[in-house]
Amino acid sequence: MTDLNQSRTEQIQRSLAKRYRAEKRFRLYGTMAIAFGLLCVVLLFSDIISKGYRAFQQTYVQLEITYDANVLGVTDVGDSQQVALGDFQGIVKKALKARFTEVAGRKAKRDLYGLISNGAGYTLRDRLVANPELLNQTETLWLVADDDIDTYYKSIGSKAGAFIGRTSEGRQNWVAQLVESGDIELRFNRNFFTHGDSREPELAGIRGAAMGSLFTLVVTIMLSFPIGVAAAIYLEEFAPRNRWTDLIEVNINNLAAVPSIIFGLLGLAIFINFFHVPRSVPLVGGLVLTLMTLPTIIISSRAAIKAVPPSIRDAAIGVGASPMQVVLHHVLPLAMPGMLTGAIIGMAQALGETAPLLMIGMVAFIVDVPGGFTDPSTVLPVQIFLWADSPERAFVEKTSAAIMVLLTFLIVMNTLAVVLRKRLERRW
Amino acid sequence: MKKTHKLAIAGAAMALTVASGTALAAARDYVSIVGSSTVYPFATVVAERFGKSTGNPTPKVESTGSGGGMKLFCSGVGTKHPDITNASRRMKVSEYQLCQKNGVTDVVEVLIGYDGIVVANSKTKEPFQLTRKDLFLALASQVPGPDGKLIENPYNTWKDVNPALPNTKIEVLGPPPTSGTRDAFAELAMEGGAKKFADLKTLRGSKDADEIKALMEKLGIPASVFNKKGKKVFKAVAHAIREDGHYIEAGENDNLIVQKLEANPNALGIFGFSFLDQNSDKVQGSIIEGVEPEFDTIANKSYPISRPLYFYVKKAHIGVVPGIDGYLSEFSSEKAWGEDGYLAEKGMIPMPEELRAQYADSIKNQKIMTGEEFK
Repeated sequence: MTDLNQSRTEQIQRSLAKRYRAEKRFRLYGTMAIAFGLLCVVLLFSDIISKGYRAFQQTYVQLEITYDANVLGVTDVGDSQQVALGDFQGIVKKALKARFTEVAGRKAKRDLYGLISNGAGYTLRDRLVANPELLNQTETLWLVADDDIDTYYKSIGSKAGAFIGRTSEGRQNWVAQLVESGDIELRFNRNFFTHGDSREPELAGIRGAAMGSLFTLVVTIMLSFPIGVAAAIYLEEFAPRNRWTDLIEVNINNLAAVPSIIFGLLGLAIFINFFHVPRSVPLVGGLVLTLMTLPTIIISSRAAIKAVPPSIRDAAIGVGASPMQVVLHHVLPLAMPGMLTGAIIGMAQALGETAPLLMIGMVAFIVDVPGGFTDPSTVLPVQIFLWADSPERAFVEKTSAAIMVLLTFLIVMNTLAVVLRKRLERRW
Repeated sequence: MKKTHKLAIAGAAMALTVASGTALAAARDYVSIVGSSTVYPFATVVAERFGKSTGNPTPKVESTGSGGGMKLFCSGVGTKHPDITNASRRMKVSEYQLCQKNGVTDVVEVLIGYDGIVVANSKTKEPFQLTRKDLFLALASQVPGPDGKLIENPYNTWKDVNPALPNTKIEVLGPPPTSGTRDAFAELAMEGGAKKFADLKTLRGSKDADEIKALMEKLGIPASVFNKKGKKVFKAVAHAIREDGHYIEAGENDNLIVQKLEANPNALGIFGFSFLDQNSDKVQGSIIEGVEPEFDTIANKSYPISRPLYFYVKKAHIGVVPGIDGYLSEFSSEKAWGEDGYLAEKGMIPMPEELRAQYADSIKNQKIMTGEEFK
């Protein structure tokens, strides 16, 4: 017997080192998995940020602009008809000609006029309307440069060398002259936050898409939260346990896993083709996303209600509360943090969704910033998709910048969910 | 009590949604445009300029693809249907018939310009000198073998296809079948290459059932493909692109193809001319039949792979939806689609002057399609 025991102890001792090694390896695999995940996140973020940070700056050129009434064809700034027809791009051209007097020939002049964005005229128009006394006056202004110039100017001094593919030699010379006199510089890109989409990269902004996302999410939360919470309360607190409720439960769980494009098709068939809600508006987008987020909200709300201890219900009933009072006065307030967390995560998911919106016409070019639930609009992820698909080089950095904006929103929403849970959660 | 209020609000919101939806469908104060993703960059520029210069609401442009746009456009007359559809190919007879069936009988067709399709590679390598025949032999799923019968494509390297080409693996990144670029590439490059084979060329022109059957026998095409029109059988052969890994479907995003070409200098990519124009520091276009893809060679049609771009307008909507006529006149103005217009700046190849005049005229007089166009 003692022999046997000894040999067993020996055996264990011999295998002990092996077991420790296995243990160590096992932990190492776990650490490696986390390290790999973190590495991917770091790579993603550094790639996006390194490509996108330049989009927050824009190349501006300083010019001396004369609001010449003859060139503009405007004699009375109060006359909106005259102002609408005014040749504001003309005064920009004149200012460029005055700055570079040596330029002659039709082609060279066309090249020269291309230094400044087509949108500059509209900026000047708005300025003149706001300050009518400027007519026939001269002022020095910073104007947005064309996107080709912007790409060129930003690429000067980069490792790969300046991108001259779309910048002729003449333009390179003019830019060099402007650099020398300090009349060209990178400034904060306000347009990016105040404008809607545009086909001119230097004028394109995120505001239209951000407002579209906001309106869409308002519709989604207004509908999905009350409906989801009501469904969860009924199923948890009142519904009898039978085959029907089982069937409903299985279906809700299945719906949560349905690919989102299916909800888009459903939305197209029901909301647009049957109820004739107009295409491409936040209202229909919100309705479709409601369908998509409902299962998520119902499931998380049910889990939150389940987590409320039965003793609280029993105590309430014990002092004479009706079932509705039990739910409204006790269960719901205690389950609310969990429900809110679920709702916020559902909203974050809805914010990043493009596929269902494809079917209902929200993948569209929309310049005007939407002002309500029934104005045509797009959303942030769609804007990223559209910019990523545009040929102009300057849209590459705009795409990354838009991704940064979207990620910021997502991080804020998820942090909010965590904070709410930490703040309001109660332990029993 | 608060919670019950919330539920009531939700119910009211639902009811409102449906009610306001029905009311809103009646009126629309902005132009609705759908269609091709190739025309999208051009249509959007015009839409934006039109909106900014007139103060009208900017037209809404959706990128649905040529086929998807036609389907929406032809689904009926009324403000819930789009006013204009863009296409990177001409309307098909079947689509015209669909329009007619749904009461869209007054369609105005406008040709706006051309777009070149380029076969490009990374700038770190020599440019390719290709013919359409090379492209067909390299990319078709079945090619004529030594005895004239069609065989599964045996070529692995460009040198196998044409001894003058480099000895690198055939690797072409291109758009998927849903794309208009793919349709146009098949029609212009692949068909052009297939026509270089005598049997296939006769098959294309043939309308005689016996001759078609004999040719199909000779080429080894299964009888199930038979069609009264030899052209259809020909297309079935010429449009079939190989699926054995040498042609890689890279999605609809042309920027992505450019990035992949940069990473893989041995691969070729197929995309629209405007992307080549914007990325000329990274990629270069292959010389097709001795002609480089350039603005001028596409405009004068000496570059063989270029396609027409169209849009179609519902006459019934002009005057009902505000802004259509303004958008049309902006589009057909010389400063937009002219030789030096802003669309040319964006990479569209303008039409010759007499065609511009002709289509500006059909816009002005709202010339309706009669169905004769397809004859």
